[in-house]
Amino acid sequence: MNQLGFPILSTLLVLPVIGALIVLFIPNKQEKLIKSVTFATTLATLLLSLPLYFSFVTGEAGFQFEENIPWIPGLGINYHLGIDGISLFIVLLTTLLSAIAVLSSWTAIKDRVKAYMVLMLLMETAMLGVFVSLDLFLFYAFWEASLIPMAFLIGVWGSDKRIYAAVKFFMYTFVGSALMLVAAIYVYLQGGTSDLPALLDALSLSTNAQIWLFFAFALAFAIKVPLFPLHTWLPAAHVQAPTAGSVILAGVLLKMGTYGYLRFANPLFPQGMAFWGPLLSVLAIIGIIYAALVALVQEDVKSLVAYSSVAHMGYIMLGIFSGGLQGTSGAVMQMVNHGLSTGALFMLVGVLYEQRHTRLMSEYGGIFAKVPVFGAFFLISVLASVGLPGLNGFVGEFVILIGTFKVNAAYAAFATFGIILAAWYLLTAVRRVMFGPFNPANENLKDMNAREIIAALPLVIFFFVLGIFPNLIFDKVNPTTEALVNAIDSAQTTAIVER
Amino acid sequence: MDIQIPYLNFAALLPLLIVVVTGIIVMIADLFIADKRSLGWVSLIGVLLAAAVGAMQQGMPGFDPAFQNMAVTDGYAHFFNLIFLSAAALSILVALGYLGRVGLQKGEYYALLLFSIAGMMMMAAATDLILIFLGLETMSMALYVMAAFNRNQRASGEAGIKYFLMGSFASAFFLYGAALLYGATGSANLSVIGGVLGGGGNPIALLGLGLLLIGFAFKIAAVPFHWWTPDVYTGSPTSVTAFMSVGAKAAGFAALLRLLMVSFPPPTLAGDWQAAIAVLAVLTMTLGNIAALAQKDVKRMLAYSSIAHAGYILLGVAAGSAAGISAALFYLLAYTFMNIGAFAVIGALERQGAVGSNPSATLRTGIKDYAGLASRNVWLALGMAIFLLSLTGFPPLAGFWGKLYLFRAAVQSNLTWLAVIGVLNSGIAAYYYLNVIVQMYMKPVSDEAPAINLNLVTQVALGVAALFTVIVGLWPSPVIEMTLRSLFG
Repeated sequence: MNQLGFPILSTLLVLPVIGALIVLFIPNKQEKLIKSVTFATTLATLLLSLPLYFSFVTGEAGFQFEENIPWIPGLGINYHLGIDGISLFIVLLTTLLSAIAVLSSWTAIKDRVKAYMVLMLLMETAMLGVFVSLDLFLFYAFWEASLIPMAFLIGVWGSDKRIYAAVKFFMYTFVGSALMLVAAIYVYLQGGTSDLPALLDALSLSTNAQIWLFFAFALAFAIKVPLFPLHTWLPAAHVQAPTAGSVILAGVLLKMGTYGYLRFANPLFPQGMAFWGPLLSVLAIIGIIYAALVALVQEDVKSLVAYSSVAHMGYIMLGIFSGGLQGTSGAVMQMVNHGLSTGALFMLVGVLYEQRHTRLMSEYGGIFAKVPVFGAFFLISVLASVGLPGLNGFVGEFVILIGTFKVNAAYAAFATFGIILAAWYLLTAVRRVMFGPFNPANENLKDMNAREIIAALPLVIFFFVLGIFPNLIFDKVNPTTEALVNAIDSAQTTAIVER
Repeated sequence: MDIQIPYLNFAALLPLLIVVVTGIIVMIADLFIADKRSLGWVSLIGVLLAAAVGAMQQGMPGFDPAFQNMAVTDGYAHFFNLIFLSAAALSILVALGYLGRVGLQKGEYYALLLFSIAGMMMMAAATDLILIFLGLETMSMALYVMAAFNRNQRASGEAGIKYFLMGSFASAFFLYGAALLYGATGSANLSVIGGVLGGGGNPIALLGLGLLLIGFAFKIAAVPFHWWTPDVYTGSPTSVTAFMSVGAKAAGFAALLRLLMVSFPPPTLAGDWQAAIAVLAVLTMTLGNIAALAQKDVKRMLAYSSIAHAGYILLGVAAGSAAGISAALFYLLAYTFMNIGAFAVIGALERQGAVGSNPSATLRTGIKDYAGLASRNVWLALGMAIFLLSLTGFPPLAGFWGKLYLFRAAVQSNLTWLAVIGVLNSGIAAYYYLNVIVQMYMKPVSDEAPAINLNLVTQVALGVAALFTVIVGLWPSPVIEMTLRSLFG
């Protein structure tokens, strides 16, 4: 159904492309105009995405704001868009972080500004496309298309080892998704359509086929998440990427992986999920602990945040594969939370890096008095990331852990240990950067300017709002996740009975 | 005495005749006209005219077979004519820009190109082994000469002689095969052969088929019959490489598909060749891609990559279904534009900054010569990026749908394992294509890199190829519909 009288999702997809085309025709020299048009475009996209939230019918589990027109009738592929409780908030997160990312690269990007801004806009379209596509091949097209702008952002505007990082990122993701394409083709031939809702109704696959197909999809998604031991591209990509690239990468791109499980792999192949779920959960836990331990010894603060990302994404995976309502809803909530808090952390690290051109914690120290506004933002973001009660991170992790505990207490115990480690390494980072003896090298460090505050403020506001009123999210998410969990459950039980 | 003039039905083959006549005109005019570029334009007009007539024919009711049942004008032939004529038009534009710059602007180039196109069109229309062979030789003879066109360069001469020797070898295989098939069935007509073989089980016919397959494998550069390809593609003038890497391959597939599907039709006789084609496909994809990984020269890398692409198309052949044919047709058309585009960029960069036809001037086809291309010429780099990403099979570009369509055909024919090998190969290929993009966009310009002069025709050729690649990528439906209408009969 589409409760708004116009194709809002298509408009969201097209708007950044139009902005990119306009930017393309602005002369290279007019950098200010280029930036302004880009920001205006992302802002317009953000504002236009707000009706999604306000017109969203709470309590409705199915897809809303749907659009469905034939795209390639010869192959039966449709241009089918729609969002439900799972994708709603990720779409909003994407439009928010895109605008913030543009704002945060205002002065950081000095070289080839036009190309950079065009890529940022194309990136936004590709990401939004991933989250609103309801056709297997449309989804795959956006999924792959999102690779190119990000590889360029890392490879052209990154730090010293940017080319290595960009190639690694590209190859990991591309090769990882190769099998997914064959699996998608198989599903499409078996089901007679590539339309996701239709497939969910009609598809009936043998357990054996499901195990294989789930594997093919899960591999692509696991690399994106990234799940231990497929995570090695992420620290490289994050450390080398420009600030805005990291914000987008951690904030949105990683969610494409977890979203993929929720939207495609799990509901399409419930038997496959039952078969592989335990392995994925264990890998998630190993990832949580391992990444936390690695984060503990990082000197580079950006690298530390990157590893914390790996750990945090582990919780989301754990929630998804707990299979229950709480775990699944908590995972959706945590996807949003992680996007907000890690996005904020990467942005704040960028603020320091832009002035001092170093991210080593030993280069800082005792700067709280010098940059109090920055200090406050940094501290709050860290606390949100650690999961302090009252802030958003707490709610997500807590609900996930409850959901996990119900299924497997041991998993929950290990995961809780990870939370303690997270508090340890993140607060250590705060101590080393903010407190302790003042490092005179930071004598000229300037506090955040108005632009940087405007960019960071919405994120911090959401930490509090979602921490105190988590039902703003859960009310809209729960009907969808409940339907999802029930559908998967009944499919799994039927299979057991048949056996 | 009564002399009967056989009913040849020239009207059905009008596009082919237009191309031949234009070729003759160009050859004769070459004697009197000093401005050789104008001959290129005449050829282009001839090609476009042939395409227009072909399009008109497609709207008309069916044509009788021509040349006493040796050639037909069906949708299949029309589609291949579209591929050949597009390849010809693009190649002429590329040649107009390239040949003058490297001092090879000669009239007979265009005449040869037209004759080889005529041969290709003959192969696509032929329903008789004899005519397929005639087409094959017409095409090949012209291409041998074109490969050796830059006679001042040893590499080009080597390309010509190597192509000639290997090509003759392949023709011999083809002829043996055709003779055996004729001996086994008493006819050279494809559908008669199919009818006689009926239930199958004729060892002589099978031997004939095997030899024919080897002949075709040479022509489409399938592993292990590809040895000539890298040297020939690298040594030939780039405008020739662009043309033959697309045209000759498409022509080979045109005749191969018709032979297999008409004389050895699935499902009854598919067992005779499906496994062989599948093995050929695996070897071709994998070896082509792995060899391309190791190349330091972009032209040679693309030569290997074009071997790999023949492997992908073989997936569609192995599928042996309507979907497989239609996928192969789609891929060949998409490949025409993206591959000629990529070679056109190589041609545009080649010998930039060199004076005259000095053969010792640096070739500038090495991977390092692409460093920082994006800041030397934005559009050239963007074009190359589009072509390479499309060759990788990246959405939303034409090559993506081509691959998707081919893999779908394979999975549909229960060849899922083949599709899996296909996608893994795309992964290998992504690495070396990406490497060029990395050079263009992420490496600094070297100091001695010369300024790039792009003449207008080259810009037009690149623009057309890039636009096609992008538009078909965004909206593949019309082309897919067209391929579905272009199956036999």
